[in-house]
Amino acid sequence: MDKNEMQESLLKIVKLYLPEDVSIEDVQLKSNFIQDLNINSAHLVDIVLDVEDEFGVVLENEDMDGMQTVEDALSIITKKLEDA
Amino acid sequence: MSTRKRRVVVTGIGVCAPGALSADALHDLLLSNGNAIEHFPELQELNFGCQLGAKPAYQEEMLAPYFDKLWQRGLKSAGMVYAVLSGMEAWKNAGLEARPEQRDPQAGMVFGAGVLGVDKLYEAFAQVDQGNVRRLGSTTVLQTMTSGASAYLAGLLGCGNRISANSSACSTGTEAVILGADWIKQGKAKRMLVGSTSEGGPYVWGGFDAMRVLPRSFNDKVDQASRPMSATAAGFVPSCGAGALVLEDLDTATERGATIYAEYLSGSLNAGGQREGGSLTAPNPKAVRDCIRETINKSGLNASEINAINGHLTATKGDVAEIAAWTEVFAEQQANLPPINSFKGHLGHALAASGSIELVACVNQLKHQVIYGNRNCVDLHPEIAEMAGDRVLQTSRYQSLEAIIKASFGFGDVNASVIFKKWSMD
Repeated sequence: MDKNEMQESLLKIVKLYLPEDVSIEDVQLKSNFIQDLNINSAHLVDIVLDVEDEFGVVLENEDMDGMQTVEDALSIITKKLEDA
Repeated sequence: MSTRKRRVVVTGIGVCAPGALSADALHDLLLSNGNAIEHFPELQELNFGCQLGAKPAYQEEMLAPYFDKLWQRGLKSAGMVYAVLSGMEAWKNAGLEARPEQRDPQAGMVFGAGVLGVDKLYEAFAQVDQGNVRRLGSTTVLQTMTSGASAYLAGLLGCGNRISANSSACSTGTEAVILGADWIKQGKAKRMLVGSTSEGGPYVWGGFDAMRVLPRSFNDKVDQASRPMSATAAGFVPSCGAGALVLEDLDTATERGATIYAEYLSGSLNAGGQREGGSLTAPNPKAVRDCIRETINKSGLNASEINAINGHLTATKGDVAEIAAWTEVFAEQQANLPPINSFKGHLGHALAASGSIELVACVNQLKHQVIYGNRNCVDLHPEIAEMAGDRVLQTSRYQSLEAIIKASFGFGDVNASVIFKKWSMD
């Protein structure tokens, strides 16, 4: 899977969790899920589950703690896929 | 603060009931003596003695206004769905704003539940047992806590007063109405959404089947299975759903020009202490009488001014004892026994939701000035026939109706009773 495909798949997941007043165009690599995108912190655990299902990886607690921005998520997924 | 006694009125009603997805549809069903009970092949496959039940047949698209796509994706709590559909109907029926911008500190909620989110729990148990607790997602707690339905509804409605969920088995719905009305009478809120929700299906109904309190010989006679007050009554048919009422302080309702459907006059709650014939599963007959009597005494009405009784009357052997209680209390007060009905012949027994659904139907009776007929009791139980034979209507009857008394009884030997009166200013 190339970087663009991965990003596209991730954004498709993130889109589901955006509040009504945030559009998918507002999502940047540096966007913080909670602070910038206003995603309900309770939903971060659901995003992680969706990421696991979509990419066939398992995220550990420390991965979840480190997953603050879109960029963080992409690098964690990349690393998991490489390790697999 | 005014020392004048506050009056509490009903300004909105809603249901998500078997055979009726609105309060108006419930009126049509009961008026025409319709049947909402069905045979569930699933229960047959699972070796249930009673393979009958009744469920609200809501459509997925009815959820879209209240649950966003995310919520709908993992939504397995039928009790939440029933509560939200009935609560939103009641709120809108009261002419109130459905999704207000602002929090209203004068609006609260008591929305009871029996067990909530059984199918969600089932899914969660499987994940936990497989060591996958991390896969439970963010809504498992919200969908399975007893107050999950009231919490979710309160968010939709911006209610900023007391928000809670009561639970007292099959008296839950009637108790919720009393708790909400008392709260307003105490001046602690101006408006309360009150109601209750109950789930159905094999995991909820199974325990009752095991207790052998459900009818086993009517699996091929669906529309005759639920027979309150009948000589051939063989147990209650389990059902589920939710009912909701908007209660308001009279001044608040009048100021905003709300349509008033009925006035809440009085309510009583007690328990039989599992003494004097009462047990975890059967009511103490003396406590039942005390509860009904106290409701009448607190209402300010003479018993003779009450024109209708809506009983708990589930189609078990408890029916005879209940009719004896009604008969005695009205006789004590030198009043003729008014017509008695049970809606469980039509809807089955919606357990924790029965009281609220049936109280919505009682408000409908006052609104339309009609007493609904009973189903499946042409062959009245001989003891009931002797006590109250001519009081049990077989078909609905339009008549002048001033006040209705309703009672609900629940496991744990708990009782609840309410009187609603037709609305008039004096």
